[in-house]
Amino acid sequence: MDFTTTDLRALFAAFAAKMAAERDALCALDGAIGDGDHGIAMEQGMSAAAKAAAETEGTLQDICNAAAKAFLNAIGASSGPLYATGFLRAGKALGPVNAILRENLLQIVPAIRDGIVHRGKAEPGQKTMLDAWDPAAEAVLSGADTTTVSNRANEGAKATSGMIARMGRAERLQERSLGHPDPGAISAAMLINIIASAARTRP
Amino acid sequence: MLTQKLINDGNAAVDEMLSGILAAHSDHLWRPDHAPRAVIARHGPRPGKVALVIGGGSGHEPTFLGYVGKGLADACAVGNVFASPPPQPAVDAALAANGGAGVLFMYGNYAGDVMNFDMAAELLEMEGVEARTVLTTDDIASSPTREKRRGVAGNVFIFKAAGAAADLMLPLDEVERIARHANARTFTMGVALSSCSLPQTRRPSFDLPIGEMEIGMGIHGEPGVRRGPLRPADDVGDEIMDALLTEMNAARGDKVAVLVNSLGATPLMELYILHARVAQRLAHAGLTVHKALVGLYCTSLDMAGASITLMHLDDELIPLIDHPCDCAMFRQG
Repeated sequence: MDFTTTDLRALFAAFAAKMAAERDALCALDGAIGDGDHGIAMEQGMSAAAKAAAETEGTLQDICNAAAKAFLNAIGASSGPLYATGFLRAGKALGPVNAILRENLLQIVPAIRDGIVHRGKAEPGQKTMLDAWDPAAEAVLSGADTTTVSNRANEGAKATSGMIARMGRAERLQERSLGHPDPGAISAAMLINIIASAARTRP
Repeated sequence: MLTQKLINDGNAAVDEMLSGILAAHSDHLWRPDHAPRAVIARHGPRPGKVALVIGGGSGHEPTFLGYVGKGLADACAVGNVFASPPPQPAVDAALAANGGAGVLFMYGNYAGDVMNFDMAAELLEMEGVEARTVLTTDDIASSPTREKRRGVAGNVFIFKAAGAAADLMLPLDEVERIARHANARTFTMGVALSSCSLPQTRRPSFDLPIGEMEIGMGIHGEPGVRRGPLRPADDVGDEIMDALLTEMNAARGDKVAVLVNSLGATPLMELYILHARVAQRLAHAGLTVHKALVGLYCTSLDMAGASITLMHLDDELIPLIDHPCDCAMFRQG
């Protein structure tokens, strides 16, 4: 069963629905160690990305590019450039085609990871979204199944509670950031779970 | 319980505020039709002049929009509440203000702003417009390392000095150097007494119990360096002034510009009570107050609290701080 442009539009719609549902919870997490707006940014960004994806005819790559641009221009913030760059890389990984083998969808996880690293210059262990994307990407590259990829993302996000922030606004808190998970890693794990689920079956 | 706000729709708050600002200040500001989040000074930009483009998240008014005008910033890129604008408004603002002498981006040092404005600078370069960047880093509570500090209320003085330099038609190299010099001599620290709430959530962004204060809190509600019982204004003023004076390390007889700023909900009465202590402390340190501003200059929505900024003046900065400016929300000379 192929993963088609229709499925990709549905994937962005699923991202948007999840971020809308989790908006207030993500804001509350962000309030503990940041400025309390992460849920709003993710909801607005994914809503714009889903809308752009729905309105874009063309290849998988075209849809990703449109979603990236819409996400960036809807929110700016720090998530904007990071996910926009990630989605551009995802589009490149999917390619200028109308469908891929469904199991290959997981390849967008390392692609998004690479885009985030390129733009944000973060490293794993600094209590950022990368702490969910990186272990999940490494799992994909080592040939792990979708369940393992999800688990790695969730474990990575959870582990940010034990990290001291080294990037972004929470960096200034030093040890006071301990005990709180990074909201960007939590939302990242949510997105990775949706990708993993879509790689198994239609989202 | 949701906080009470005079809004229509939390998600439309920034755009509706912009409509109001443009309606109220059409003599100072205009907005290109194709760029709803770029605001340009009517009388600032001109051929041969470095374009000073500032910007950042909304919710800090009169920062940033209020400092767009002749003698100060030429244009502003407007982000969502507490969120950096994306690159496009910064590009639009820069192109509209461009006088052919280059663009200087100035904004507070936050990861999101840096990524978005750097992308904007890359896009401008592709259009053949040189754009440089000076980050403001005046919040001494946010890091022991100057380059890692946040930019907060000290923006007012730092932008003022750079804007005056640009208005005097100095070249990009000089405006950039002066901007860095102004930033290096500006020091701010604040105290929060209650949380702000975002228009989209209408819930407190953080939990600060009655009877407590947080020293060093950021202007987006980022937790500060120390939380403790609320103290009298003189004690809070002393704690902040001790830290600022140590950082500034000025000699007796030196001159300063001082800003006692409300984070939004703290009224002028309390700001002036705080300023009385600040003035005493400056006199005691043998420092001359060349300029004092007291009021709402860099806010954090409806947060209660205040910040104190000192700019350590020198012969170069004094005329720039005194230089006339005519902005929608800040006039001088």
